[in-house]
Amino acid sequence: MSGIYVVLEDRNGRFGRISLEAIAAANILAAQSGTKPTAIVIGAQTESLAAEAATKNVGKIVRIEHPLLSPYTPDGFTAALQQFIAAESPDFIVFPHTYQVRDYAPALAARLGRVLIGDVTQISDGPVFVRSLMQGRLSGSYKSTGSPTLISVQSGAFRAEEAQSAPAEITTFTPNLEASHIRTKPGEPFRGTAQTVDLGSAPMIVAVGRGIREEGNLSLVQDLAASLGAEVAASRPICDNGWLPIERQVGSSGQTVAPKLYLAVGISGAIQHLVGMKGSQCIVAINKDPEAPIFEVADYGIVGDLFEVVPALTEALKSARQ
Amino acid sequence: MKIIVCIKQVPERDAQVRIDSSGKWIEESDIQFAMNESDAYALEEALQLKEKHGGEVVILSAGPERAGTTIREALAKGADRAIQVESDNLNTLDALGVAQLLSAAAKQESPDLVLTGLQSDDMGYGQTGVIMAELMDLPHASLILNVEKTDSGITVKRELEEGWFQNIDLPLPAVLMIQSGGTKLRYATLMGIKKAKTKELSKVSAADFGASDAPGAPAAPAATLEKITQPPKQKSTQIIPGSPKEAAATLVEKLKFEVRII
Ligand SMILES: Cc1cc2nc3c(=O)[nH]c(=O)nc-3n(C[C@H](O)[C@H](O)[C@H](O)COP(=O)(O)OP(=O)(O)OC[C@H]3O[C@@H](n4cnc5c(N)ncnc54)[C@H](O)[C@@H]3O)c2cc1C
Ligand SMILES: Nc1ncnc2c1ncn2[C@@H]1O[C@H](COP(=O)(O)O)[C@@H](O)[C@H]1O
Repeated sequence: MSGIYVVLEDRNGRFGRISLEAIAAANILAAQSGTKPTAIVIGAQTESLAAEAATKNVGKIVRIEHPLLSPYTPDGFTAALQQFIAAESPDFIVFPHTYQVRDYAPALAARLGRVLIGDVTQISDGPVFVRSLMQGRLSGSYKSTGSPTLISVQSGAFRAEEAQSAPAEITTFTPNLEASHIRTKPGEPFRGTAQTVDLGSAPMIVAVGRGIREEGNLSLVQDLAASLGAEVAASRPICDNGWLPIERQVGSSGQTVAPKLYLAVGISGAIQHLVGMKGSQCIVAINKDPEAPIFEVADYGIVGDLFEVVPALTEALKSARQ
Repeated sequence: MKIIVCIKQVPERDAQVRIDSSGKWIEESDIQFAMNESDAYALEEALQLKEKHGGEVVILSAGPERAGTTIREALAKGADRAIQVESDNLNTLDALGVAQLLSAAAKQESPDLVLTGLQSDDMGYGQTGVIMAELMDLPHASLILNVEKTDSGITVKRELEEGWFQNIDLPLPAVLMIQSGGTKLRYATLMGIKKAKTKELSKVSAADFGASDAPGAPAAPAATLEKITQPPKQKSTQIIPGSPKEAAATLVEKLKFEVRII
């Protein structure tokens, strides 16, 4: 048993919440062997990150440090972690399921002859790892055959670990990297176009999804929003199609909102959408499919055809307001 | 440029998926299948690159016989030819196993660029392209919205979290995983559909590539799908009954007196 490792992700010099959730998942695995996980911080300058990690619920910290590890490249991270894994032979490596992890962890796993069990939402005895299939409509239970087992955990699926008192011991691992091994050249991050609507401060939002079928039908939800005095938002496919501007997109690659009322119309409730709105105070879903995952987070639901329900609701709201 | 586009046929979005009697897969007999969404964007990106720079767009798809309809759809939209890796039990492989099949087929073509979708709508691994890059020993980038050819290779626009982006330079050949929404999708024309019937679709059986020939291949999957279940219900949603009119009226009452928002 060589232990359980958790890779933390640097977000502008600190850890995002999802890294703390990954620590929690690693602790579930570690509890089965009565140990604590070892946290890995990786980059060109990891001292302050390691110090922050040392206050979390982990047994040890390893700094994987090299000048070529900043900025992030999949080649650099894959090579550095592969060397570390070869030296330590861990049993489990837990990652947060971030865009960065999606970009290199599958390659790392393949280099080890293994596969990443990605976007895990639950860990039970075995260990058995549960992840979504069919866009959240079904769950799959996976087992790992062999070692190491690499998993990444979904944002929000595990409760973030709180701090511990006794700081953990910190060691450093220096990988052997050469500039010529890094084949891609990343540029500086930049923002998309300037925002003109602030969905974040809207008290009510009517969000529309692909159930609306055509651009020409959007007026249905615009009327509904007007009758409520709400802002209009959308799921990604609506913005991908150019029917609404991207600044109205809610979800992991759009805005995060938490209004008093979020009314989801013809939205299935994929995880990437849910992460952007599940903090709303009251969620209402209108969907023709009673099994749609959106009902998992909704307080109120109407199962029915939006083309009938939405006009009826707009009418009912108008008369209620008179 | 010779561009390979990996296209997967997946259950249609609105399909009512049911778990089959093995408890390990879905009942396939009663559902419709379609092209995976992000793969359609990968195809569009490839077709646009070809229009600008010339070359060839080759579709690569692993799947059972039925995947042929989706492959024809890609050919109708303008791809030049296709390779189908025939396999009836893809769902028993893990992402590494599928990527081994695809990369074995892709290598034989010596492409300049391999495009995959970001994520399959059924398995949702979001990994196949990244693993293919590793198996083919090529550089890669994922979550890509746009590809520009440069003198030394390509510059791609990568989506980061929370509305940020980044450009990345890569040499060719390379593997990219394409995110949806970077460009507008085209429809197949009648002419295209007609032409597609005569385009080359070569079939190889998965057994010919014997996944174990690939370097570093494990004999068995590294992760096995033990069972499929309905997701557990965590929240008790109040489902409002009645006709659309009745339900709408009840909801307004609830928003007024329970939620107190209007
Ligand atoms: C890395 C990544 C990032 C992503 N980021 C985001 C993001 O930021 N935001 C986002 O939203 N998505 C995002 N996605 C996409 C996400 O996975 C889903 O594909 C998307 O949210 C689905 O949108 P939808 O619910 O509108 O469409 P669908 O999933 O197609 O759902 C349509 C729904 O409408 C219902 N419907 C159809 N007709 C009717 C009718 N007549 N009446 C009532 N209901 C009807 C159907 O039952 C279905 O539930 C991302 C995906 C990835 C991989
Ligand atoms: N059987 C397959 N045939 C062709 N392409 C595939 C197959 N499986 C996965 N892919 C490609 O890999 C992408 C990511 O799939 P996944 O890793 O399963 O989420 C898909 O969008 C496809 O482009």
